[in-house]
Amino acid sequence: MVSQFIRGVGHNSLGLLAEAGGVWQLAVASVDCLFVGPFHGDRIRIRPTILLIVKAGYNSLSLSSLIALLAGMIMALQSAQQLGEVGAISLMPNLVASSIIRELAPLLTAIIVAGRFGSAIAAELGTMKVSQEIDALTVMGIHPISFLVVPRLLALAISLPCLVIFSDLVGIFGGLMIAVGVLKLGATGYMISTFDALQLQDVATGLVKSLIFAVIIGLISCRQGLKTQGGAEQVGRATTASVVHSIILIIAADLFVTAIFYLKG
Amino acid sequence: MTQTTPLIEARGLIKSYRGRRIIDQLDLTVNHGETLVILGASGSGKSTLLRCLTGLERPDAGSVHIQGVDIFADDQEAIASLRCRMGMAFQGGALFESMTLAENINLPLSEFTRLPVSTRQIITRIKLGMVGLEDAMDLFPSQISGGMRKRAALARALALDPEMLFFDEPSAGLDPVASAGLDLLILQLKEVFQVTLVMVTHELASAFSIADRLALMHEGRFLVVGSTADVKKSKDPIVRRFLERIPAKALEGSNFYQRFTESAGDSRAVPEVNNE
Ligand SMILES: Nc1ncnc2c1ncn2[C@@H]1O[C@H](COP(=O)(O)OP(=O)(O)O)[C@@H](O)[C@H]1O
Ligand SMILES: [Mg+2]
Repeated sequence: MVSQFIRGVGHNSLGLLAEAGGVWQLAVASVDCLFVGPFHGDRIRIRPTILLIVKAGYNSLSLSSLIALLAGMIMALQSAQQLGEVGAISLMPNLVASSIIRELAPLLTAIIVAGRFGSAIAAELGTMKVSQEIDALTVMGIHPISFLVVPRLLALAISLPCLVIFSDLVGIFGGLMIAVGVLKLGATGYMISTFDALQLQDVATGLVKSLIFAVIIGLISCRQGLKTQGGAEQVGRATTASVVHSIILIIAADLFVTAIFYLKG
Repeated sequence: MTQTTPLIEARGLIKSYRGRRIIDQLDLTVNHGETLVILGASGSGKSTLLRCLTGLERPDAGSVHIQGVDIFADDQEAIASLRCRMGMAFQGGALFESMTLAENINLPLSEFTRLPVSTRQIITRIKLGMVGLEDAMDLFPSQISGGMRKRAALARALALDPEMLFFDEPSAGLDPVASAGLDLLILQLKEVFQVTLVMVTHELASAFSIADRLALMHEGRFLVVGSTADVKKSKDPIVRRFLERIPAKALEGSNFYQRFTESAGDSRAVPEVNNE
């Protein structure tokens, strides 16, 4: 039982490590397409990128808002209990807002986007790979990375921060609902102390995180899709792996960024 | 580049999958304007050969030059400019499932030309018309039959008026009338546009009607390469068997039948199968 558990953890970590080389190559190639390609006659595909941004938002907005609302409410109840004991309930708006903005909104939204949009990317590219659509692009002389990967990375890098900002607002609103409805605090006072407490660095942390998460989701899902071989079963496997690997890496990166911001003060 | 150097030249190609040689020391040349038809049983490595020739699959050894460009070694820009001049129709069509047929054909046009939208629409309509699909232009690949997919794949391969065309089994799975129509279309392409064609098939009739040269592939090698007359004259037993459609497994089949009947207590003589 325990050994099985350890083996499971090891298996997932090894799977991730084995991916590292391929993901790195994809990252280098994408940067090349994005920043060097335009000087060699290649172009950034604006229209597909916009369509993908819309798709990412459409896929994830309702779910990520719901989750952010619930997380805000949970945070409010949780901190009210703890702060109430030491008679510092006035700090609650501050605590709720900073944990939502710095931590919960980026993390939860990224996990939802990995599950909805990242998996969709892996499935789409995986299907294209096994039905030779990627080969067809290559033969035509259309670079699959510039045609497929770069628009998806850009779409994620734009849509995820937007989704996170929306989750921030909804999460704070969730805290407000609990404060007013359950704890009978004043709404105006709550909002004023929220905005007083907010610092630019909170918002910056959240946005830096969401950008990093966007790159993780994009690279992992595209890589899983593009390396698919075989048939429909392998597409399913790639889809699952993209979600699992993205979530592990998102949480690891979250710890890393949080630590850096903590050490910096 | 003079017309006498071959357009496509492959030397010493070797490709293995998991230790199994699929392409075994294969040499191949295709001249300008020529039609080479590669025949062979299914699984003999024809698709793999085409994938090596078009640069999709890197061979374990050997080289492929197209118009003097080494497609596995030269710089990306030389290869890219080559790609604009070649078209490929895949065995399964490989149409973009998320696009309509018209969008499929439009894609190479919008990527590699600066033609205005209206001109591209006209070209798309003409190309689909060539393969009899102008009524299906707004359908998605999932909404059309297998034969229509093959023809749409051909139309897409023709979108940029390529100088070289690679076909993987264009007529497999088509009804006889559509298949004959496709042969006719290929002959017209050949005569009107002087396209260089490399075509994989196992349809003997269309192979002999289209080919300038035929190559018969078996276990990763060419057993014979030559004009249709040369191939018909070949004495190689495997070539004869292929041309005369004699099943290789007939003898084993009769053994199986024998064992089956003996174990059932039936000592009836098994009919002789004349194999070779
Ligand atoms: N990507 C691959 N991985 C492993 N084996 C492959 C792969 N592609 C082709 N093969 C094997 O190579 C052999 C030849 O395949 P292919 O070239 O498609 O034959 P053909 O087109 O002549 O029917 C087959 O036995 C097939 O199983
Ligand atoms: Mg084949």
